Amino acid sequence: MKEGVTQKNAKLVRILVFVVLGMFGFGYALVPLYDVLCEVTGLNGKVEPSAVKEVSYEVDKSREITVEFMTALNEATPMVFRSEIKKIKVHPGEYVTVNFYAENKTDKVMVARAIPSISPGAVAEFFKKTECFCFSEQTFKAREGRTMPVRFVVNPEIPKEYKTITLAYTFFDNTETSVK
Amino acid sequence: MSAVVAEHDDHHDHSPAKGLLRWVITTNHKDIGTLYLLFALTMFFVGGAMAMVIRAELFEPGMQFVNPQFFNSMTTMHALVMVFGAVMPAFVGLANWMIPMMIGAPDMALPRMNNMSFWMLVAGVLLLASTLFMEGGAPASGWTLYPPLVLQTGKALPFAIFSVHLLGISSIMGAINIIATIFNMRAPGMTLMKMPMFVWTWLITAFLLIAIMPVFAGAVTMLLTDKFFHTSFFDAAGGGDPVLYQHIFWFFGHPEVYVMILPTFGVASTIIPVFARKPLFGYSSMVYATAAIAFLSFIVWAHHMFTVGMPIAGELYFMYATMLIAIPTGVKVFNWTATMWKGSMTFETPMLFSIAFVVLFTMGGFTGLMMAVAPVDFQYHDTYFIVAHFHYTLVPASVFILMAAGYFWLPKWTGHMYDERIGRLHFWLSVISVNILFFPQHFLGLAGMPRRIPDYAVQFADWNMISSIGGFIFGASQLLFLYIVINTIKGGTGEKVTAEVWEDAAKHSLEWTLPSPPPYHTFTTPPTVIPTEHI
Repeated sequence: MKEGVTQKNAKLVRILVFVVLGMFGFGYALVPLYDVLCEVTGLNGKVEPSAVKEVSYEVDKSREITVEFMTALNEATPMVFRSEIKKIKVHPGEYVTVNFYAENKTDKVMVARAIPSISPGAVAEFFKKTECFCFSEQTFKAREGRTMPVRFVVNPEIPKEYKTITLAYTFFDNTETSVK
Repeated sequence: MSAVVAEHDDHHDHSPAKGLLRWVITTNHKDIGTLYLLFALTMFFVGGAMAMVIRAELFEPGMQFVNPQFFNSMTTMHALVMVFGAVMPAFVGLANWMIPMMIGAPDMALPRMNNMSFWMLVAGVLLLASTLFMEGGAPASGWTLYPPLVLQTGKALPFAIFSVHLLGISSIMGAINIIATIFNMRAPGMTLMKMPMFVWTWLITAFLLIAIMPVFAGAVTMLLTDKFFHTSFFDAAGGGDPVLYQHIFWFFGHPEVYVMILPTFGVASTIIPVFARKPLFGYSSMVYATAAIAFLSFIVWAHHMFTVGMPIAGELYFMYATMLIAIPTGVKVFNWTATMWKGSMTFETPMLFSIAFVVLFTMGGFTGLMMAVAPVDFQYHDTYFIVAHFHYTLVPASVFILMAAGYFWLPKWTGHMYDERIGRLHFWLSVISVNILFFPQHFLGLAGMPRRIPDYAVQFADWNMISSIGGFIFGASQLLFLYIVINTIKGGTGEKVTAEVWEDAAKHSLEWTLPSPPPYHTFTTPPTVIPTEHI
């Protein structure tokens, strides 16, 4: 092999290895990119992870939206978890508080986290919560059960075609992984 | 310094080393090509045996032979072994053997890396196979390794992930080597637009590989850290999202399926002109179509995830972008057909397999187009319809073309002629049984039978039985190919083959100007005449 070809090969290999490393990094860059995309577009039913300030809207009495509540436990999470009502009819702009009940069924302290999801995903940006147990990890003493409120409002700007919103919570047992 | 290097080169470059060690230490592209091809053939039978377990269990409703966990391991391992152990290495083997001979180069650009990428592949596949014997069994989550299901794998999870890393590094090294060879080692006068189509398709495939394998390596690394180091990339409890994995996986996964089909196109474009005795119709449109398909493969990934709950805008975009792929693919099918049009065709075994490829791949393409339609995909998703679709694009397409390539180049590689009668018998058995095997799966899927289940409702019984019978015939028929390969290596029909082997083949590509079998080192001085018939 001629010396010139060896040098050309070495140069090309360096470039290609650089591309490979770049694409490995790109795989990781997709993680924040994906979050950014979800945030900008409100896709995937991702909900704001923190409380919004309570502002008053003009209540739209002309229409009603049914908000349904679903509760679930992740696999092997030893809890009782339910909402006090299954669904409620609200006028857009009207603040509502709904109570949820969760109970630790073990004899140990448990740190659990509820993850919310809203469907259809496109309404997530119109669904505002001023108070929720899902904003942070919840610590339960052994056998402790408690009632926790969620206060929310549906922004009256929500398009007319949405008549039902489903709010789902899943409790995850984070006792082992939680940073205490 | 250069004197020492030259002396060193003179020392070991004349003939292969003696004994078995030759195969371990070889840096010769022909040896490594042979290793890749034989390894792929072995894995084809290993993965095939797993498919036989699947079809035996599905022969009738109820649980017959294996437990559901092992059944799911079989579907997962069958896919991983066939994709990473059989089809991809087989094409790398063809690339090793043929690319230097087709472009008039003495060897691959980076021979030592070539050796390393082969043995890393072996290590990766052995590591993967070892998971079958671990506590908790081999991965059983499907080859897509979706979390959270895959995180429930037993002891095998880290081994499977490291195996994917090794296979990925091996593919990346192979791809870098192929790009360097094609860019820097072409004979004078072998311009890019004079290269045979097989070389072109591999060049584009190699770029796909270096773009996607690192992303896949990243995705499985995230699985690993989620499982063992408390990261939360895909864990909802920590703020992650399992759907994110699907996006990253399919960003790799969709180009990956073209990694298996683009070299297939290249071989088909090589074989059909020789037996039609005409130049390839539309050479430059073939090149551009291949590049277009490769580009489109990066922007359509979410059509694998229409049912995850995407907004309508996403569904529409991915639906239309996916349908666009039909255009360059249609150009290719048209060109192959036009190449055969009014050609002086003969129907030796490689041509038979190639014609079957054109017909059956087109059918697989059509079902793909059906599933591109987002609203109807909700019915097809995760049913046997998708199983039928991708098996049509892989078995009677990629695998048939690999068979065709075997029959086409075996006389060149060995200097012996294979038995044409047994070759044709192998073809007819394969082409009939592959349709008995996969065609009924369309009906099963449309009727609602989900994929990846060991037992099913009785209304699916009849077509499953027919499909299994086709599967057993197809599996058994492949033993004929094994026989032919061994027989041809040992001397074949005893007929003396010429350098050209096939009539006027030397007009199409450089490898046919070399003796059969070619000497250990070829084109140490570059060829002076570049064939242009294929253009």
